Amino acid sequence: MNILMLGWELPPHNSGGLGVACYYLARSLARQGSSIDFVVPYSAHHPDSEFMTIHSATRLDPLQRNGLNAYDSDAAEHTSLDKADVNDLQSMRGVQKRYVQYVEQLLQKVTPDVIHAHDWLTMEAGIHAKRLTNAPLVVHVHATEFDRSGERSGNPIVHEIEQQALLIADRIIAVSAITKAIIVQQYNIPADKVEVVHNAIDAEQLSNHTYDLRTYQYLELLRSEGYTVAATITRFTIQKGLTHFMRAAARACEKYDKLVFLLAGDGEQRDELIQLAAEYGIADKVFFTGFVRGKQWRDAYSVADIFVMSSVSEPFGLTALEAAHHDSALIISKQSGVGEVLDSIFRYDFWDTDRLADQMIAIATSPSLSTTLRRNVAREYTRLSWDDVAQKCIAVYQASRIGVAV
Amino acid sequence: MSQKSVVLYLHVHQPYRVRPYTVFETSQSHDYFNAPSDLSSIDNERLFQKVADKSYRPMNAKLLELLHTHPDFKLSLSITGTFLEQAEQWAPDVLDGFKQLVATGRVEILAETYYHSLAFYYSQTEFIRQVELHSKKINELFGVTPSVFRGTELAYDNSVAQWAEAAGYSGILAEGWDGILDWRSPGYVYRPVGTESIGLLLKNYHLSDDIAFRFSNRAWSEWPLTADKFTHWLHSTDIDAPLVNLFMDYETFGEHQWSDTGIFDFFGNFISTWCDLTDTPFLTVSDAITRHQSVGELDVPHTVTWADSERDLSAWTGNDMQREALRHLYALEHDVIRTDDPQLIADWRKLQASDHVYYMSTKWLSDGDVHAYFSPYDSPYDAFLYYINVIRDLRWRLMKHHNIGRLHG
Repeated sequence: MNILMLGWELPPHNSGGLGVACYYLARSLARQGSSIDFVVPYSAHHPDSEFMTIHSATRLDPLQRNGLNAYDSDAAEHTSLDKADVNDLQSMRGVQKRYVQYVEQLLQKVTPDVIHAHDWLTMEAGIHAKRLTNAPLVVHVHATEFDRSGERSGNPIVHEIEQQALLIADRIIAVSAITKAIIVQQYNIPADKVEVVHNAIDAEQLSNHTYDLRTYQYLELLRSEGYTVAATITRFTIQKGLTHFMRAAARACEKYDKLVFLLAGDGEQRDELIQLAAEYGIADKVFFTGFVRGKQWRDAYSVADIFVMSSVSEPFGLTALEAAHHDSALIISKQSGVGEVLDSIFRYDFWDTDRLADQMIAIATSPSLSTTLRRNVAREYTRLSWDDVAQKCIAVYQASRIGVAV
Repeated sequence: MSQKSVVLYLHVHQPYRVRPYTVFETSQSHDYFNAPSDLSSIDNERLFQKVADKSYRPMNAKLLELLHTHPDFKLSLSITGTFLEQAEQWAPDVLDGFKQLVATGRVEILAETYYHSLAFYYSQTEFIRQVELHSKKINELFGVTPSVFRGTELAYDNSVAQWAEAAGYSGILAEGWDGILDWRSPGYVYRPVGTESIGLLLKNYHLSDDIAFRFSNRAWSEWPLTADKFTHWLHSTDIDAPLVNLFMDYETFGEHQWSDTGIFDFFGNFISTWCDLTDTPFLTVSDAITRHQSVGELDVPHTVTWADSERDLSAWTGNDMQREALRHLYALEHDVIRTDDPQLIADWRKLQASDHVYYMSTKWLSDGDVHAYFSPYDSPYDAFLYYINVIRDLRWRLMKHHNIGRLHG
């Protein structure tokens, strides 16, 4: 099967999980005999990608593209594609228009059996490609504008693009049942048009590094004194629910004081969170690392006894699997999609701070609970496989082609 | 006419489930089993009423009708103390229904632990106290004294049998598991190793599970199961054996197998058909032991139960959480008993129900078969969390009561 895959990034030029997911999905599809043309909006070398043909829609280098910030839709100007200036590659809309034009040209050379577009960034290109080729369009939703904007309403242009593409798409893939529910409820899409295909994790995706005890030496000392480290590694945005986490931390300390909290990352809520910790009187128990990468990032997983994903809305949440790999016990909000593929975790509603506190204390005070959770979740994340994801996608392609002349 | 007799034994039980009890309630609220008005909570009364409507009320009526229609119909029941307390409190009519059954003189009640506990394996003194409590309760409510013993979850080994004989019981029940029977048939009375006279009855799990587990399974090649088919199987199984021991949960009827599966009609037809076909169609457990001599000695050094493919205690003590929970609970025995505080002692004993640790089992998770997991909780980890919080509160109460000691975390 010939697949035209429309993406925004691929490793190592990715700024988040979208590129990683696209890479491993494409690789497994290729292994199962598919031929893939993958379009990205920048020019760069992609190592270990011989299994597909990568097409660059612009001459931008990846860093310039990153400057457009794919994960913050606020940065997208409120411009419709018609009015966007194709020569203005400083703006998201300009790049997107160029991307669409590139795909139109590409379709004079390649004939896809199916068009697979990832997230709002490439949805317009997907719609154009469908019109030109009459090939079925599969839209893969890794996150919606509702997830990105947290409790705010979001960018109306982005919402409009999503709405249109979800209507025109022949089939929709959602990365979790949570995301499917948003697509059905917020975009009024019939449920039977949306297939849930959870992400996976590949062993080689996981960082196999040697933990350096010195990175978080102070926390390690506390651990040796019997403290338990509850950590989260994330962007500090409303979507991540960290103010609730902070409240739970304070509640937990009322009952059990050998707990410390590691908040690794950075973002717009940083100052608010620091202030909250002080207000709750637990400032000495909360550790803010600032933005972490490389060794500091990897070691943050290793120092954590408990990994908390406190998201208000998380389509999937790959970091939880990374934490499972690093032998942490997981507590995941019911609003996070990754919880759908794991059994051996604690779940709570993101606003239920007493519940989260209770769960952290239980793990901290019961070695058998902690051991059982960690041992069992390790077995569960290793069951996930990109080959299974690819198989499910192929089934979706086949369903999308029913009724289409082939 | 067939000479075979069916020994039908049904187990009646409801535990006091621990409600979602948070760490913030420890040392504040000592009410572990009664849910607040919140509908999402685990509410023992609501659950009891649900099962009463689906199973206890219709099945009691069915049994009474069958006892009236068929003078040869007999059965045996085990009814836990925690069930009887709940019935007294929330459904006196259900309790009356059982009293009516026993009043026919053809329904025998077995001995067991009052609290559906595995105390035999943790504290002999506590175990004996619970068996005595149960016997007393049965006598008060039904005016009979049990003479045949069944271990919680049908847990059995040589030492249980030896204890039961010494305690004066004439019979005892166990799972007729291949691992202990080998080439033997479960259709005879056996004598446990190290005993003189006590009779051992073994469950025919194939035929019992045809009703208890497979009855409504449409993927089963024998579906639908009819009374004719089933009585034919009874005749043709171990052709010379005098007994077919059908042991199962009472709640099989209406709760595990819903009414719309046809389970009640099947049961009625089966009883009628079998009564017409045989001289002595049914025996109670005592009858069976009195009428039939032991055909040989049976050695069961390791504990067998009636659960899971392993038939051991691993559904209750298989993981670290379960073992830790039980260890913490039984460690409190001495301090709990010496309070002489009936409420505190009863709370501690309710926590001994095997159900609590069963809810913490992770065996299903490793099979990837979470749906087979029967529990009121979202996960085994939640079950453990609430339970441990309750243990903390018990420790707090003990500390207050004795005015000494520590909380230990």
